[in-house]
Amino acid sequence: MNKEIIYGITGILDKPDDVINAAKKLEEADYKKYDIHTPYPLHGIDKAMRLKPSPLGYFALAFGLTGAITGLFIMWLTMSQLYPQIISGKPFFPLPALIPVTFEITVLLASVGTVLSMLFFLFKLPNNSHPLHDTDYMKKVSADKFGVCIEAKDVKFDLEECRKFLESINCHTIEPIYYPEETINFRPKIFETKFVMFLLAAAFLVSGATYVLLNKLMFVEPFNWMMFQQRLDAQYPTKFFKDGFSMRTPIEGTVARGTTPYLYKGNPEKAGTELVNPIEATKENLAVGKAKFDTYCSPCHGYQGNGDARLNGQFPNPPSLHSEKVRNWTDGRIYAVIMDGQNSMPSYASQIKAEDRWKVINYIRTLQRALNAKEEDLK
Amino acid sequence: MTHSSGSVYVKKEFAPSNLMFGVGVLLVGAIMMIVAYMVDNHRAAFNTIITFMFLMSIGLGSLFLVALEHLVGAVWSVPFRRISEMLSSLIFIAPILSIPLFINLHGLFHWTHPEALAEDVILAAKAPYLNESFFIIRTVAIFVVMGIFYFLLVGSSFSQDKTKSEKISKRNTVVSAIFMPFFAISVTILSIDWMMSLEPHWFSTIYGVYYFAGTFGAAMAVLAFISINLTEGGYMPEKIKRDHYYNFGALLFAFTNFWAYIAFSQFLLIWYSNLPEETFWYITRGQGSWLVVSIFLIIIRFLVPYAVLLPQPAKSDAKRLKFMSIWIIFAHFYDLYWLVMPTYSKNGASFGWMELVPPVVAAGLIIVVFNLMSRKRNLIPIGDPKLSRGLNFHL
Ligand code: HEC
Repeated sequence: MNKEIIYGITGILDKPDDVINAAKKLEEADYKKYDIHTPYPLHGIDKAMRLKPSPLGYFALAFGLTGAITGLFIMWLTMSQLYPQIISGKPFFPLPALIPVTFEITVLLASVGTVLSMLFFLFKLPNNSHPLHDTDYMKKVSADKFGVCIEAKDVKFDLEECRKFLESINCHTIEPIYYPEETINFRPKIFETKFVMFLLAAAFLVSGATYVLLNKLMFVEPFNWMMFQQRLDAQYPTKFFKDGFSMRTPIEGTVARGTTPYLYKGNPEKAGTELVNPIEATKENLAVGKAKFDTYCSPCHGYQGNGDARLNGQFPNPPSLHSEKVRNWTDGRIYAVIMDGQNSMPSYASQIKAEDRWKVINYIRTLQRALNAKEEDLK
Repeated sequence: MTHSSGSVYVKKEFAPSNLMFGVGVLLVGAIMMIVAYMVDNHRAAFNTIITFMFLMSIGLGSLFLVALEHLVGAVWSVPFRRISEMLSSLIFIAPILSIPLFINLHGLFHWTHPEALAEDVILAAKAPYLNESFFIIRTVAIFVVMGIFYFLLVGSSFSQDKTKSEKISKRNTVVSAIFMPFFAISVTILSIDWMMSLEPHWFSTIYGVYYFAGTFGAAMAVLAFISINLTEGGYMPEKIKRDHYYNFGALLFAFTNFWAYIAFSQFLLIWYSNLPEETFWYITRGQGSWLVVSIFLIIIRFLVPYAVLLPQPAKSDAKRLKFMSIWIIFAHFYDLYWLVMPTYSKNGASFGWMELVPPVVAAGLIIVVFNLMSRKRNLIPIGDPKLSRGLNFHL
């Protein structure tokens, strides 16, 4: 039942120069489908066989470029777009600092990609069987002999002709190679039980070893020494400071960068006389003021500041901002309300930036002016 | 495989017009240099540093190539070793160029001024190293030591043509091993003294390697250019072929990358730690027109040679190699200009006819020295036992 099919005819040569010569003769005789097997890489054989340069370089280039571009892109996306963080005072896209990483990713992808494309595109894995395997020919050419194999696929192939040709180039041990029909498609053997069992065993072993390493070995002396270091961990107690806190509170009177301390807490009248509005009521500033007012103040005070809350009575309605009292207040006095709150109104200091608070106040002034227009405003 | 193919070599003399051409170029260069010194002494002196450092690059770099071949037992480069050997005699020309520099020491180097030392703690602290007498001693010592190695390595190789003694090759391997640390120290000291100390506050520990990277590239490029031209002109044995060229291409490519690697390492560390005493050097080069020069340095010294030499066929293609050699030689000039001139004109790159003096003088000197040296000598080391293997080299 096992019909044997011819794969090709093989011959053996003894010296590297002979096999280079043979390749030249084969080229002259215009054979196309043949192969040379040598026990070690032979200089000059690709030239003699007139092999085209391997396309592997282009694979490497493509993978390398992919690595460079994706690496840079991911770093740009995470570091400067999604999670911009100031790291040692560098810009959010610190190109020089990214170049070593980009380089590594380029090399990583280029090398892994090249090996994989070699295995899968050029060596045609997972096709792990070949008619030449397990032949005497293969044993010889992988030890100390040089071999020529003309394949049956060649248009000029004819068993007797080829035998004569191989003799003419001084080959010995000339043998045709047959293979059983059932392996005609070089069927992959990866689903064989033996192979699958081997894979499973390997997986089991690797995961077991990883488990032991990460969960047991790491906690054994001396591998665990790294865990006990003389250092402060955020949110953990420490013995280094007397009070046991590893996070330190800033020294009293410390002012955070970019902020001005508010010195009038609980003293709105003083704020009213001393604070001056530093922001001009320009069109842009009023636009910001309106946006902030509509967001933070209008739910209670109403869009116009009339005290018409949209809270359906869940919260005491505030008085109108157009009262004589508020209109006569200085900007600083209103600022104090935003900072400290007033009775049931909470403080909005943490929601609104300092300069935006003044813009909101400018906007309230505009509202007041609009609802209480004077004769001269109409001119 | 003995000396058989060495004896086949018959020397073909150069046309005398070659030497005349070199003398012409050198004369033009020399006149330009003299006029430059008369017009603007200060600027001309800075340009002389470039000329000096470039010639040291070619001279010392060639000597290094010779020693490297002995040391690692390279075979492919044996037919070209004589060219490097003859080029390495440039180290005897460089001292002549250093004379105007020594005369202008005060104009060039801020640290030579005692009044500057008095008010500058940093300079005062560096004074044990950076002082005039020690400076001159170091430079002269480098000339002397490298000169000795020249006679040991190159002189013996010249005599091997006649004696054909194998002993010389063996001894040169040992001499080369001794040469290497001296070379490393010499190149480091040269670059630190003549270029880094132009900004005496600034320091970079990788500076010597940076100069070495450029030096190797330039010496290799000159060697490749001369070798390929001589081969094509029929002055070299016929056996030299693309396989030999491939090594030129591969090494030029490798050292293009090496230069970029070193240059970037230097920049990255300084940029990252962001210390004012280190960054100012790059800030000068990153402002105004110097920024343009700096960006072009990356393009000229790295991106273009990288892209051109990347494909495999380019590394053994004579035409592209000759072009790239000239390119890299020019790039080394450009690199030196970028290293030296910002001290002369801090506020922006200045380029005039005076900046043409270094390439013209250097080109003239290289042609003249090579022609004179090769007059009575073979162009290949016919006494070297490795020669025939070198000629038969294939990839
Ligand atoms: C949660 C609802 C609420 C929000 C939001 C709110 N307020 Fe008030 N506001 C009140 C109430 C209630 C009062 C009256 C408090 C009292 O009893 O004195 C008040 C009082 C005031 C007063 C004093 C009025 C007066 O006549 O005494 C000012 C000024 C003021 N708010 C401004 C603002 C500004 C500006 C914002 C936006 C940043 C804002 N409020 C946001 C509820 C709110």
